[in-house]
Amino acid sequence: MFKAVVYVTLRESVLDPQGHAVKGALHTLGFDEVNNARIGKYMELTLDTTDRAQAEERVREMCEKLLANTVVEDYRFEIVEG
Amino acid sequence: MRVAVIVFPGSNADIDLYNAVEDVMGVPVDYVWHSDTDLSQYDAILLPGGFSYGDYLRCGAVARFSPVMEQVVKAAEAGKLVMGICNGFQILTEVGLLPGVLLRNTSLKFRCKLSGLRVENNQTAFTRDYAAGEEIQIPIAHGEGNYYCDEETLEKLKAGNQIVFRYHGENPNGSLEDIAGICNEQGNVLGMMPHPERAVHTWMTSDDGRRMFTSILKTWREKSSVTTHA
Repeated sequence: MFKAVVYVTLRESVLDPQGHAVKGALHTLGFDEVNNARIGKYMELTLDTTDRAQAEERVREMCEKLLANTVVEDYRFEIVEG
Repeated sequence: MRVAVIVFPGSNADIDLYNAVEDVMGVPVDYVWHSDTDLSQYDAILLPGGFSYGDYLRCGAVARFSPVMEQVVKAAEAGKLVMGICNGFQILTEVGLLPGVLLRNTSLKFRCKLSGLRVENNQTAFTRDYAAGEEIQIPIAHGEGNYYCDEETLEKLKAGNQIVFRYHGENPNGSLEDIAGICNEQGNVLGMMPHPERAVHTWMTSDDGRRMFTSILKTWREKSSVTTHA
C-alpha cells in the first residue's frame, strides 16, 4: 500500500485573493515578515497498489484529469509508504 | 423545438430556467438528470446555476464527469445550442467547451445583486434580439465568477468576437477585462455568470433576460426553416 500526498496551488501568475486576505490578517497580528501568502489544497489518497512507478503514473493522471485545473493551478505530489 | 435543462445534484436554478423557457419561449422543455445519456431529441441544452456536487474540489470539476456531459460535448460538436449559466458556465469551462476558468471573486464575497451588463456581441445565436452595445440589467449570484484566462486565450477571444457580455459599471468579481459571458469560436456554446432566467418578467425587477430566450427561439426557427426548405 502506498499513500499519495497531493498539493494543488494557484499558479504564481494568478492572483490569490485568499492568500492576500491571510497575508493582511497576519500583518494585523504583527507578523510583518510575511511578504507573500498562497493558499492551496492538500489531499491524501491511499492507493491499493504495490507498484510505486505505476502509482506515480496514475496519480499524475488523476492530477491532470481532475485534482488540478492546469489552466490556473500547479500540482505536485509525493508517494509514501502507506 | 425541444429544450433540455440538465439537473445535477446540487443544481438550484434549474426550476427558474425551466420556467423561463416555458414562459418566454413557449416550447416543450424537460429536466434531464445528470446520469441520462440521450440528448438526441433536444435542440438546445441549458446548464443551470447552483452548486453541483457541492462545488467540491473546484466548482464544476466533478459535474463535468457526469455521464450526461459526454452527450453535451457531442451535441455542442454537432452544432446544437448549449448555454451554461453561473455554475453551468463553470462546468462548460471545466469540460473544455469554453476556454478559461472562473476563480474566487477578488472580494472573497458572495455577490447577489442586479448587475449592469453591456452586450458586446449581438451577433450570436443567444443575443441577436439585443442591440449592439446595449446596456441591460441581469442579476448575479456567485462567489466564484472571476473569469480568468491567459493572454493568448484573451487575444483569441477578442479576435473571434467571443466576448459576449461585459460588466457595465461595477465589476462584481474582478474578472479579466470585465468579462461576464463568452462563447466558443463556432458561436453555438455560450457561458455567462449572470442569470437571465431570473430577469424575464417586470415583477422580477428586470425583464432584460427575456431576449436571450427569444434569440434562441429565433435562431432555431431560422435554422429549421432552412433545413426544411433545403
